[in-house]
Amino acid sequence: MQESLAITWRRIPERYGLLGTKCETCKTNYFPPRTVCPNCRRRGKIVKYKFSGKGKVYSFTEITAPPEGFELEAPYVLAIIELVEGPKITSQIVECKDSHVDIGAPVEMVFRKIQEDGPEGLIHYGFKFRLVK
Amino acid sequence: MRAGRRSRDNGDIVVGIVGYGAYVPKYRIKVEEIAKVWGEEPDRIKKGLGVHEKTVPDIDEDSATLAVEAARNALLRAGIDPTEIGAVFVGSESHPYAVKPTATIVAEAIGATPNMTAADLEFACKAGTVSIQCCMGMVASGMIKYGVGIGTDTSQGRPGDALEYTASAGAAAYIIGKNGNGSGALADIEATFSYTTDTPDFWRKPLAEFPTHGGRFTGAPAYFKHIINATQGLFEKTGTTAADYDYVVFHQPNGKFPLEAAKKLGIPVEKLKQGLLTPMIGNTYSGASVLGLAAVLDVAKANEQILVTSFGSGAGSDSFAIRVTDVIEEKRNKARSVQSYIDNKEYLDYGMYVKHRRKLKSL
Amino acid sequence: MRRVAIVGVGMTKFGEEWGRGFRDLIVEAGARALQDANMSGAELDALYCGTMAPGKLVGQEHSAALIADFMGLNPIPATRVEAACASGGLALRQAYMAVGSGMHDAVVVGGVEKMTDASGAQVSSALGGAGDQEWELFSGATFPGLYAFMARRHMLEYGTTEEQLAAVAVKNHANGSKNKYAQYQNEITIDTVMKSKVVASPLKVFDCAPVTDGAAVVILVPLEKAKKYNENPIEIVASAQASDTIALHDRKSLTKMRATEVASRKAYEMAKVTTKDIDIVELHDCFTIAEVIATEDLGFFNKGEGGKAAADGRTALNAEISVNTSGGLKACGHPVGATGIKQAVEVTWQLRGQADKRQVKDAEIGLTHNVGGSGATCVVHILKRA
Repeated sequence: MQESLAITWRRIPERYGLLGTKCETCKTNYFPPRTVCPNCRRRGKIVKYKFSGKGKVYSFTEITAPPEGFELEAPYVLAIIELVEGPKITSQIVECKDSHVDIGAPVEMVFRKIQEDGPEGLIHYGFKFRLVK
Repeated sequence: MRAGRRSRDNGDIVVGIVGYGAYVPKYRIKVEEIAKVWGEEPDRIKKGLGVHEKTVPDIDEDSATLAVEAARNALLRAGIDPTEIGAVFVGSESHPYAVKPTATIVAEAIGATPNMTAADLEFACKAGTVSIQCCMGMVASGMIKYGVGIGTDTSQGRPGDALEYTASAGAAAYIIGKNGNGSGALADIEATFSYTTDTPDFWRKPLAEFPTHGGRFTGAPAYFKHIINATQGLFEKTGTTAADYDYVVFHQPNGKFPLEAAKKLGIPVEKLKQGLLTPMIGNTYSGASVLGLAAVLDVAKANEQILVTSFGSGAGSDSFAIRVTDVIEEKRNKARSVQSYIDNKEYLDYGMYVKHRRKLKSL
Repeated sequence: MRRVAIVGVGMTKFGEEWGRGFRDLIVEAGARALQDANMSGAELDALYCGTMAPGKLVGQEHSAALIADFMGLNPIPATRVEAACASGGLALRQAYMAVGSGMHDAVVVGGVEKMTDASGAQVSSALGGAGDQEWELFSGATFPGLYAFMARRHMLEYGTTEEQLAAVAVKNHANGSKNKYAQYQNEITIDTVMKSKVVASPLKVFDCAPVTDGAAVVILVPLEKAKKYNENPIEIVASAQASDTIALHDRKSLTKMRATEVASRKAYEMAKVTTKDIDIVELHDCFTIAEVIATEDLGFFNKGEGGKAAADGRTALNAEISVNTSGGLKACGHPVGATGIKQAVEVTWQLRGQADKRQVKDAEIGLTHNVGGSGATCVVHILKRA
């Protein structure tokens, strides 16, 4: 499904800059950002927090049956990345095959095209990850 | 080292490079792979063009993503607060959109928005150096504190054409600021001189998929005329000669033209070696001269002088006299070197290359 | 709370049902359930329906109203319930609460999904809505991919192997071969699974539930009125539900489903039973790894032992615990919204002794386990011969 341009635009600070939030009350970092801390709920003091883009592989798979819009990239490695600051996110690991990946391998953030809505449509940019040598 | 005194422009030398960054994609295709498909002799091509392989962008890379990676590297070296950037200019002939600037994508991705200006430029292979000149003017006039000038391309070669062997992808970014003590300038841009004419050596209409070039016309009346005139103009303006420069970077559509231009200008070809990347990565178009300069900055020592002359079809050349400062040592290793990108490679066959470059009709 | 019983059940054949559309399927299943309950439609006083994505798959929202209309049940209240693949189980829970609370006396609850009218890409996109659209699906995730993440962690943390996962699919096909309603009635081998095409490594085609059309319906009345309709009423002795994070990456562990643990603990407590009392389990095997994890989270095996247990045959028909006698989602098929109700239909047949060649001996108590997405919703029911 093509993401609407308004949703893409709203997510730019997160997808370009890994800008999340942090609950100062319980000292938990959140990415994607949350406005309500699940631990503290309304007692939680939420502030902006920028993540470094460094993390490690928590789990991974190689997608050979891609969803719509990802046909050209398949097969690709998709992973759950554990950021060094705590939260985990779902993102592709570029320039590798699943035989190159181990759980625990360090990764760093890169800037790539995530989706493109056809030759006349919008390009949706954002973060992916690359194995650190 | 320099021999004569350098005369200055009207006013003091006021701008410098506060940070620089490069990016070259990981994938490559060899001349042999392409030659195989078209029934040509690879050795003849490699000898004739002085190129043995070129870069191929990943399927999810484009001129914007390359520009962001280069700009982020430049910021790592500059160590400045990105909100103090007052302008971002991106020069390319493969902007992802014809309308909607690459520069705003880059500006957002490096955290420079919103109190700043931005725009895209096109001048074939010299759009990157023009972007730098725009920043120089805005910084020198006090209009902005820092400006970012970027050259980036994911250029397309028409299948079966000579340019298919060289059209490649790469980017370099320069953060321009005031120079002088405490400014953080790792190199001063002492002078610039440009030479521009209306010369139809290479063009692409908006709906055309591939560019058209003038064959042998792209040599003497285009490349050589502009490179030589711009360089000589710079020599005159600054009262310098070839002997004053330790490194020379010329625009490099193949591995041969820059060496020929150097000979015509009486420049020893050894001075071009460090900044001549095309043999390994192909012609990165708007990225070419600026990546060559980055490769030089990766090794140059304080007080060494660098001559850069770009060339863009259509046509024009921008020439620069650059002097490295002692700040380079503390900044150089804060981001990846051009060589580290060149060394990190994986080869594709022609079929994967076609898929990556979307040359299949249905794609 | 009044005690609630199931007095009528019915389902359509599951499979690629080209000749029948959305409303045809549910009406057929509904008619069979009413027949089974010896009940006239006029006696029903409410309708609940679980269906995940009729809007995306056949362009139809407002599905409960449509179903009530075409079953000839207007003007009774009709409500659609959605919790991704747990829509059916959730609808059953809503119906149970409606009768149990005294609000309604005869409730028909169905689950239906018509998946083959849409293209493969449309189906994939529709199912993707069960996950986090902006942070999982946007990045190129698929449901096989999300469950593959779980499989890899389970393999790392507990040494589970691909062959052990394959054993789950083999067992489910063996059961499905005895079920005339199942989409796949062929038996397969470990080799069949291991040689099938990789979809999201390490999961292959045969590790994944198929795309299926189908509908299932049950009819609920208060237990005290049940014998009027069916001499073998089946009581719902527990109904429990739990939620967890929508995105798999926000879970504390990928090798267990907290929603299953919480819901099943509540259910065992409500029914005052333990795992030892359960004779038959219909659980949510959208992927082979899901069955392995579920058998552990439901308490039948220790965490990490589910793979070996399957490979050792402990979950086969009339083994230590009969799991997915219908063939599960893998062999019986998975018309998304229908699955949760089908599970109740199968357990009802088992407890009545009507399960033919796949009958579990002396089945008295059964459990249904229905999951939404990658585990953000779990609904558990325990059924008992009344």
